Amino acid sequence: MITQLPPRQDVLARRDAIVAGLRRLLPPDGVIAEKLLLKPYETDGLTAYRQVPLAVVLPETTAQVAAIMAFLHREGVRVVPRGAGTSLSGGALPMQDAVVLGLMRMNRILEIDTADRLAVVQAGVTNIGITQAVQAEGFFYAPDPSSQLACMIGGNVNMNAGGAHCLRYGVTANNLLGLKIVTVDGQVIELGGAHLDAAGYDWLGLLTGSEGQLAIVTEVTVRILRSPEGARAMLAAFRANEVAGACVASIIASGIIPVALEFMDRPAIHACEAFAHAGYPLDAEAMLIIEVEGSPAEQDELLGRLRDICARHDPISVKVSSSVAESAAIWKGRKGAFGAVGRISPDYLCMDGVIPTSRLAEVLRRIGEMSAERGLQVANIFHAGDGNLHPLIMFDANDPDSFARAERFGADVLTLCVEVGGCLTGEHGVGVEKRDLMGVQFTATELDQQRRIKSAFDPGWLLNPSKVFPLQPAPA
Amino acid sequence: MQTSFTAAQLRDPAIAASNQVLRTCVHCGFCTATCPTFVLLGDELDSPRGRIYLIKDMLEAGRPATAEVVLHVDRCLSCLSCMTTCPSGVHYMHLVDHARTYVAQTYRRPWHERGLRALLAGVLPYPGRFRRVLAAARLARPFARLLPRGGTLFGRMRAMLAMAPASLPPAGVLDGVGVHRAEGARRFRVALLAGCAQRVLDPAINDATIHLLTRMGGEVVVAAGAGCCGALTHHMGRHAQAMASARANIFAWSDEIDGAGLDGIVMNASGCGTMVKDYGFMFRDEPEAAAAARVAALAMDVSEALEKFGYVPARPAPGLTVAYHSACSLQHGQKVTDTPKVLLRKAGFRVVEPAEGHLCCGSAGTYNLMQPDIAARLRERKLENLRATRPDLVATGNIGCMTQLAGGGLPVVHTVELLDWMAGGPEPAGLCRA
Repeated sequence: MITQLPPRQDVLARRDAIVAGLRRLLPPDGVIAEKLLLKPYETDGLTAYRQVPLAVVLPETTAQVAAIMAFLHREGVRVVPRGAGTSLSGGALPMQDAVVLGLMRMNRILEIDTADRLAVVQAGVTNIGITQAVQAEGFFYAPDPSSQLACMIGGNVNMNAGGAHCLRYGVTANNLLGLKIVTVDGQVIELGGAHLDAAGYDWLGLLTGSEGQLAIVTEVTVRILRSPEGARAMLAAFRANEVAGACVASIIASGIIPVALEFMDRPAIHACEAFAHAGYPLDAEAMLIIEVEGSPAEQDELLGRLRDICARHDPISVKVSSSVAESAAIWKGRKGAFGAVGRISPDYLCMDGVIPTSRLAEVLRRIGEMSAERGLQVANIFHAGDGNLHPLIMFDANDPDSFARAERFGADVLTLCVEVGGCLTGEHGVGVEKRDLMGVQFTATELDQQRRIKSAFDPGWLLNPSKVFPLQPAPA
Repeated sequence: MQTSFTAAQLRDPAIAASNQVLRTCVHCGFCTATCPTFVLLGDELDSPRGRIYLIKDMLEAGRPATAEVVLHVDRCLSCLSCMTTCPSGVHYMHLVDHARTYVAQTYRRPWHERGLRALLAGVLPYPGRFRRVLAAARLARPFARLLPRGGTLFGRMRAMLAMAPASLPPAGVLDGVGVHRAEGARRFRVALLAGCAQRVLDPAINDATIHLLTRMGGEVVVAAGAGCCGALTHHMGRHAQAMASARANIFAWSDEIDGAGLDGIVMNASGCGTMVKDYGFMFRDEPEAAAAARVAALAMDVSEALEKFGYVPARPAPGLTVAYHSACSLQHGQKVTDTPKVLLRKAGFRVVEPAEGHLCCGSAGTYNLMQPDIAARLRERKLENLRATRPDLVATGNIGCMTQLAGGGLPVVHTVELLDWMAGGPEPAGLCRA
């Protein structure tokens, strides 16, 4: 079980007064404080960790967020921001003495400007909601985390979300133009805007990936891109994980950058096929989804070269999607992959490490060995082109020993990522999940420097304080 | 997801089944995005994942349902959009059905709620009673605007009166108990669920279904003893009443299966179809388990029947654009998505689909009567999306949706009426009137 900072007893003692104060700022259904109704807010996409919060607030405007923050700051109450609650690193895990600030009612598209290629949206708009709002005019928003159907742009900014197509288009940070934020004491600040490269320090860069620890994001200005002329996906099936891993390294080494290069192993292929009926190769040990974009001629040329590279790795089969519907099914399976693993295991821990692509085959072999040592199945699903691994460690939460083994297995995998020259997190954030491993990646001095940045924004450490940094007193 | 039922609790078959559902859920949250009430209300508690959590907590604690929890369970439309979205295959329908029964057993609703529910459960499944009540409602309609709007007792009465049709069609000519012979050589034999509320509100749907199937060489039997499928009372948590309705149907159709034989049991109200297809699960621990499973396996939507038995149009294409509104019970409950569109195109219609096709129109059985505010917001949203497709008319496969979308400026007809028309039947009345 994860530990959190000890609750502030004075805050717990003043609970009724704090709730009453919040009720003065919001309509009746905007404050949830009944014990039974707080329960569904006790966790997010990482259900292994749970904590019922002090209260939940659901503002609809930036002004309401500012009023809430000013009030909670005066009262010395901690705040845990929450979007759709899809975090796989426990980024929205509540605290006993904290108010959960839910942004899902802030779901309006405020402005679409195709001439300047941007959209201004509230933090609670879903990732896919942005693309849906602009696709009729031939545009899309590029970062596409697998949970894009549900996850919200405010959370994407706070975790610097990635996705399958980030191989070509970059992560959230590369597609962001501006933010409206509310500071811990309730001031509203606008950063960046309708132009690339904001003036002054790179505040956007600092805020992106700050995991709700520096400010509350209420509005986001994103870059939208022209939809490609066309896209086609190819499925390549291999006899072993290591072979598929070697094929990925060959593709990257060839200089071709597909728009997406995704890896799935046997358990993942079977679970996802049961959900999406996409025609995945059930006889394969590993499969790559390789997508290219462009005119039909460009697609043909690239697919031909990719097919040649795959052929050098003794594939079982190589199949190019023949229709839009087939491509949609291929991606439906991949994007529903984590949930689909729910079909073969009651629970899983989803890891999120990054490694140099040249070490892929070796790391996959090591993960297989760890799986055997720990006696836990693992499904490998990841953005192979970026070297962003998502091993899903399967366990049974009704069996405490199986969970403890899963936690240790996960720590070993992430430590291995750092050892081979990679990093703890690709796109899910540190959250609570990888918090205690930060010492593997950073020295004490480096961690202190990062803590000082948080202290500059949030001297009282009220914003999402139990996350990201190993628990110890904040530096002066 | 972790659960904490005791061994004693798990001996209750209903708890054991719900435990299985809960263990399948991994709390990924995908379902929230396609849930109509979450989209409107923006609260985890009004999302499938939030409801799953509330229900889990209530069942694990074994405590009686409380008003706060009932509010959020009641707001669920049972549209099952979450089940289409769920990558893990969580059977939300069985969980929420269990919760509704549990609520009915452990929670005492305010007197006016009890009265309303008893009224609906005592009237809607019985065509004779329903017809008499609608006649009375027609007389009361002019007074409806004296009632306040909203979710209060009077607001609901206002919604109910607004829903009552201004004029009632005469009873159907064909759908009484009996056998309708195939035209020409008999190619197949099916039972038709004549249904309850639909027979009163729009008897032309059964007439068109019988005409079309017999013209295709089918013998159609409306079995003696079969009536309401049980869905209306099932969704109110009235378990015993729902089981009794379903049992009557199972007996009636089993007689037909064992007698002259059946190639299918056809439903032309998709809400009923979802229910009948689930009889196998409902009766899994009952003496009728095998018979129920056999009936469920034969159940098919009318569109599935038309595809199976080879629908062929006979008239030239009318040059009309049809916006196909996919009823939730058809697209999410039964996963019948393309068949009705394929048939409409085959019949010569240009078929268009609205944006947000996965979102419920707010009808959802008796939901528009119980939750008029949310239902009205969903109706407006649906009508806006339908109008944006600039259709000549709307086609759908469920009487609830037809009633909900009526009066929105677009003719709304049943898919089977259009298909029958193009195969030689009469032009749908809903289209003639427009």
